[in-house]
Amino acid sequence: MIEKLMNIDRRYVFILVALAVIIPSLLEVNLPITISQPTRSTYDYIEDLAPGSTLMIGFNYGPSSLAELHPMAKAVIYHCFEKKIRVIGMTLLAEGATLGDEMLKDVAAEAEAVYGEDYVYLGFRPGATQVLLGMGTAIDSVFESDYAETPLAELPMMADIKNYEQIDLVLDLASGSSTEWWITYTNTRYNQQIAAGVTGVIVSQMYPYLQTKQLIGLMPGLLGAAEYESLIGRPAKGTEGMSIQSFAHLLVFGLVVLGNIAFFIQRRQAE
Amino acid sequence: MEWVEIMETVGIWVAALLTLCIYSFLYRDNPFYRFAEHLFVGISVGYFTVLTIHQGLIPFAWDPLAAAFKEKEWVGLVRFIPIGIGLLFFARLAPTHAWLIRYPIAILIGVGSGLAIPNVMRADIFRQIHGTLTPFAELHASGWALGPFQIFGIILMLVGVISTLTYFFFSVEHRGVVGGVSKVGIVFLMIGFGSAFGNTVMGRVSLLIQRVDFLLADWLHLI
Repeated sequence: MIEKLMNIDRRYVFILVALAVIIPSLLEVNLPITISQPTRSTYDYIEDLAPGSTLMIGFNYGPSSLAELHPMAKAVIYHCFEKKIRVIGMTLLAEGATLGDEMLKDVAAEAEAVYGEDYVYLGFRPGATQVLLGMGTAIDSVFESDYAETPLAELPMMADIKNYEQIDLVLDLASGSSTEWWITYTNTRYNQQIAAGVTGVIVSQMYPYLQTKQLIGLMPGLLGAAEYESLIGRPAKGTEGMSIQSFAHLLVFGLVVLGNIAFFIQRRQAE
Repeated sequence: MEWVEIMETVGIWVAALLTLCIYSFLYRDNPFYRFAEHLFVGISVGYFTVLTIHQGLIPFAWDPLAAAFKEKEWVGLVRFIPIGIGLLFFARLAPTHAWLIRYPIAILIGVGSGLAIPNVMRADIFRQIHGTLTPFAELHASGWALGPFQIFGIILMLVGVISTLTYFFFSVEHRGVVGGVSKVGIVFLMIGFGSAFGNTVMGRVSLLIQRVDFLLADWLHLI
């Protein structure tokens, strides 16, 4: 029995994980969400910004991380438009260019935000370090025009936004090292306030920066999205996903416990 | 049916079939999986190349040079210098001139290190040391009036930092006190790895949830 359990075909595990996700999806189960302090700090910071303030969002993720970071982006951007906070979108990764553009357009259509007045999308420029340092001097030295190739000088919103001094918060949505680049080159050098929304894989690396206040807030993966949706009172994909996630976690937890029990029994039998 | 709707439906079907091709690898390696994988790699490279040309090469190299020639502002031709240095990367393609690649690499390493070292030292070393010790200053300033859990947390963090650093200190044999402290460091490392593993599971399951949601809602209209 134990022998069989230890040598179980991993494809049975895949089937169980698939069922743990598909069944709650079909049943549309909703579980309560509790808010963690790092997400609340991000929300509070944005909530306390005066109308007309500026938030810069870095869409530094590709389609492979869209599931975790798109719901987060949607919730934060909607919150900003609702509070009349101006949004500047950009990306340091080529893969993020169209994702950021589509996301801003979708939320703007929902919130009736106007391009060039309420938000601007700068798009992508290669050379992350040079982009981050260049924007500290002048944004238009790096992005002479926006993603649609409209010169920044022709966008009314950009008339009084020259560099980081006019940006109240940078929110980096990241699936890689971009949050560390923002911290290293903009927080350290220009004292720019930064918050981050990152994938589950890299969130553990971000906690030291949170503790030292190099990050003012941190949203961890789909959980961060669900928490932010709860805070703005608009449950969406993040909230739905986290309810389903809980079932998958229970299954993984059960499998880890079962695997350990079988391992220890097998070791005792061998002794 | 409008043309846009037809294209959207085709897009959903293509995405759904490619998703199934990729997930078929969970059963075993097969031609459908390899087709989807190669398609993904090809499209990614093509997309990156086109975007880099449009968002990098044209605005930073082509447009300024074209403007300099058009408006006869010859100072603008100074851009030929960085462009020329960048082109030396292609010297590798000619074996007799391959040594020229050393110049752009040297400049990249020199500028990159110069920009990174002071900022990384400040962000990742000085600020982290400061962040580890500041709570003790706050504790002292408060006259040890913080709650027991806060005091425990502050001490735990210092113990974690010192014991983990001791584990990575290989100049002294890990015996006696050093061995004991490094074993405590291993415990902290294991807790760190456990946390990272838990978050990774959450991340990977999130991806599956999004794909299942797409298949059930957008493709099959079951939810």
